[in-house]
Amino acid sequence: MANVSVTVNGVAREADVEPRTLLVYFLRETLGLTGTNVGCDTSSCGSCTVLLDGESVKACTLLAVQAEGREVTTIEGMASNGQMHPIQEAFRRNHGLQCGFCTPGMIMAAASYLRENPSPSEGEVRESLEGNLCRCTGYHNIVQSILDAAGQTAGAKA
Amino acid sequence: MAVTERFVGQPVLRKEDAPLLQGQGSFVDNMSIAGMVHMAIVRSPFAHARVVNVDVSKALEMPGVIAAWSATDLTDEWAGPLPMVWPITEDIKTSDHWPLTKDKARFQGDGVAVVLGESRGLADDGAEAVDVEYDALPAVLDIEDAVRDGAPLVHDELGTNAVVHWSHGGGGDQSLFESAPVKLKLRYEAPRTTPSAIEPRGALASPVPSLGEFTLWTSTQIPHIARVTLSGTTGIPEHKLRIVAPDVGGSFGGKLDVYAEEALCLALARKTGRPVKWIESRSENYSVTIHGRGVIHDIEVAATEGGKILGFHVTELCDMGAYFQLLTPGIPELGGWVYMGPYDTQAYWYEFTGIMTNMTPTDAVRGAGRPEATYVLERAVDALARHLEMDPAEVRRINFVPKFTEDRPSLMGLNVDSGDYLPAFERALELAEYDQYRKEQASRRENGDIKQIGIGLSSYIEMCGLAPSNILGALRYAAGGWDAAQVRCQPSGKVTLYIGTSPHGQGHDTTWAQITADELGVTPDDIEVLHGDTATTPLGMDTYGSRSIAIGGAALHYALQKIKDKARTLAAHELEVSEDDLRFEDGAFRVQGAPDKVRTIPELAVSAWTAHNLPDGFEPDLTATATWDPKNFTWPYGTHVCVAEVDTETGRTELLRYVAVDDCGVVINPMIVDGQVHGGIAFGIAEALYEEMLYDEHGNLITGTLTQYLVPSAAEMPSFELDRTETPSPTNPLGVKGIGEAGTIAAPPAVVNAIVDAVSHLGVSDVGKPATPERVWRAIRDAKGGSR
Repeated sequence: MANVSVTVNGVAREADVEPRTLLVYFLRETLGLTGTNVGCDTSSCGSCTVLLDGESVKACTLLAVQAEGREVTTIEGMASNGQMHPIQEAFRRNHGLQCGFCTPGMIMAAASYLRENPSPSEGEVRESLEGNLCRCTGYHNIVQSILDAAGQTAGAKA
Repeated sequence: MAVTERFVGQPVLRKEDAPLLQGQGSFVDNMSIAGMVHMAIVRSPFAHARVVNVDVSKALEMPGVIAAWSATDLTDEWAGPLPMVWPITEDIKTSDHWPLTKDKARFQGDGVAVVLGESRGLADDGAEAVDVEYDALPAVLDIEDAVRDGAPLVHDELGTNAVVHWSHGGGGDQSLFESAPVKLKLRYEAPRTTPSAIEPRGALASPVPSLGEFTLWTSTQIPHIARVTLSGTTGIPEHKLRIVAPDVGGSFGGKLDVYAEEALCLALARKTGRPVKWIESRSENYSVTIHGRGVIHDIEVAATEGGKILGFHVTELCDMGAYFQLLTPGIPELGGWVYMGPYDTQAYWYEFTGIMTNMTPTDAVRGAGRPEATYVLERAVDALARHLEMDPAEVRRINFVPKFTEDRPSLMGLNVDSGDYLPAFERALELAEYDQYRKEQASRRENGDIKQIGIGLSSYIEMCGLAPSNILGALRYAAGGWDAAQVRCQPSGKVTLYIGTSPHGQGHDTTWAQITADELGVTPDDIEVLHGDTATTPLGMDTYGSRSIAIGGAALHYALQKIKDKARTLAAHELEVSEDDLRFEDGAFRVQGAPDKVRTIPELAVSAWTAHNLPDGFEPDLTATATWDPKNFTWPYGTHVCVAEVDTETGRTELLRYVAVDDCGVVINPMIVDGQVHGGIAFGIAEALYEEMLYDEHGNLITGTLTQYLVPSAAEMPSFELDRTETPSPTNPLGVKGIGEAGTIAAPPAVVNAIVDAVSHLGVSDVGKPATPERVWRAIRDAKGGSR
């Protein structure tokens, strides 16, 4: 077993895990943070996207031990004081989710990208989501949601 | 206070969203139960092989492995095989499909043994240690070869791979296929695709051993159908089996089935007395969750020199895969009912042959039969236009059935409930600036530009809202097509809906609440919607075939009328007026000319609950249940237009515009309807440009992960431009039609027609699906005699 100490959503967490444990399973199974989903086994779908020291990573591409001493933010850490994060609000306002399975990963990817590029064009948003797959929305309203969160559109459509 | 605001027709934000946005979804893999064990399946690496011996002894020595069994070890667990509920002909040849196979593996991924472990990883390690001896056999991988003499047999006892042949017989004047002045014979192929919901399947079975009772949480579209059929497979009596579909992470047909793993979780929970969980990996999802399409279509179009279509004659060979799953043999037939599309034809013929192969079973993938039919039909209409050197828009325009508002018999034998095809068509062309793009196309052709543009049209009709029970019975489907809803007005003024449909992203909670809010004079926030749990919801038929709003929504409508009838009696009693004096207006029962005489439904719900002062014979409690069986399907329609730019040197396609004008009748929530159309179009574009399940010559699945099977991302998709016409369906009291599949039905031919149109001046008349850059490049090269 290997000892891992990570700050997750602002709280210091420590656990002994099998060395082969992926970060995503550490979050889901050891810490019970099941908002981060697993949709594939090839790091293709992006459902497990979280922030590592503020930057998006696919939590299935990292061993838990590689997160030692670092800060992880998951979807559960996005709302504060009972208020959803502006990106979460924008997804709701723009119908940016249907089944909701890819949604946590989409929101974390968007959070990371908007920090990098606060005023993206539609094309830039689309390119930024290349690593996150959705099967329900056709991406149209996900892209609108992110543009809305960035203040690039008038928001909810009639 | 009466609620006077109206919600139907408004883009009400979804009740479902808050938990899903904050990582609080109830997906199966998020659940754990004390004592739970994990299941892994040992799967055949061969497409076709005798199973000579299965030795689980090494697995049993592995740390953390609790148990391991071969198919033979579990023979006594099964009361019956896995269900197939649509034996579409009397002479269909079927063979039993067991949760694990004993004698022979019939596709790569067929389960031969099962292992339980203390964790998922340990169960997987145990499965690796099971020693299976196979004797490989030649595999059947081509549906034309499969029916040749001497072809290997997938199911030896059936004596053939051609297991089902279905035709509805000809409609109209069959002699036109001989006498027509213009006859085009065309062949199109629909490769295999797979639903690829982002959440793979999963199941968790929990026993109460002392009672012999079980709960199965499963990622499914069909908890009610799963309950009765899994009872048949496992022998667990139906009243001791509860099925729950929690949050389901998309489906698209992939979870419209009853699978081996669900039966195994239940049987092994019974055998061990412990909860058993199985979560599918993506690789498993691609090899064992159903595929779809897999059809070779031969179509003959009969027409006049002026472009008037006289008839369609269609013959299909359909890849059933290695086993019949729940609906497999009936899927092509669903396309057989719409091959005439929106066109006024005089002759029609449809038949198909279903063929067993050593590949993953096929079944319903979003659209199920109708995308295949619409693709072939709309490609053929464009081919006819090219043959006659006519504008493909004009060919469609002169062939549409004129407007009709009541059931209209069609040549294939069903009545179409309504249609007004031309306005949607003209609106789509206008939005897409059709004439302007034709000019642009002419100019690029004249200039010999490397990047050429094409405009693709697709006009479709859809038969959905499955379905009238008497028609399903006539088609030999084993169940009915009705649905159910229960409305309970709670004493605090809140309302609970128990519905028989089972959503997986479609927003039923919100839509059903909007309908209820308007009828009862409450707000959507006052309403909770429960579904997907056989212990709490009325017996319904679940969600597939764009049926939920048209059937389940209509059942809700009738339950709400019962509530209002009962509430009216109580209101009249309390207000001491005749029921005839009451009107339900602005969210309450009111007496004309007596503004103080008002009763809201929440007020009446309290009276019905306290039961202190009820009329004689009035049953306490304000609760009502209704079932509804439609008289017809609903028949949405529309026209989609795709403008594509094709690089004639690389074959790469870029979609410049995508316009869709659909008619799904009355719209309850335009935001949700638009979302369904967006997702449907993207699914169809993916099929047109990217997705194809491929096997090598030994039957190994080449596209077995998301790195080979190209589910497109946002970077590959255009924005969509939508509009609607709104022709109410006369089939149901809401005037609604289904919309979940329309985009997927319309999009593939719009996209491929656009590509062919972009390069037709180079001599290209066809590009196969998916129209990859390589296929487009080869089509251009071949059209030029390979001399480029």
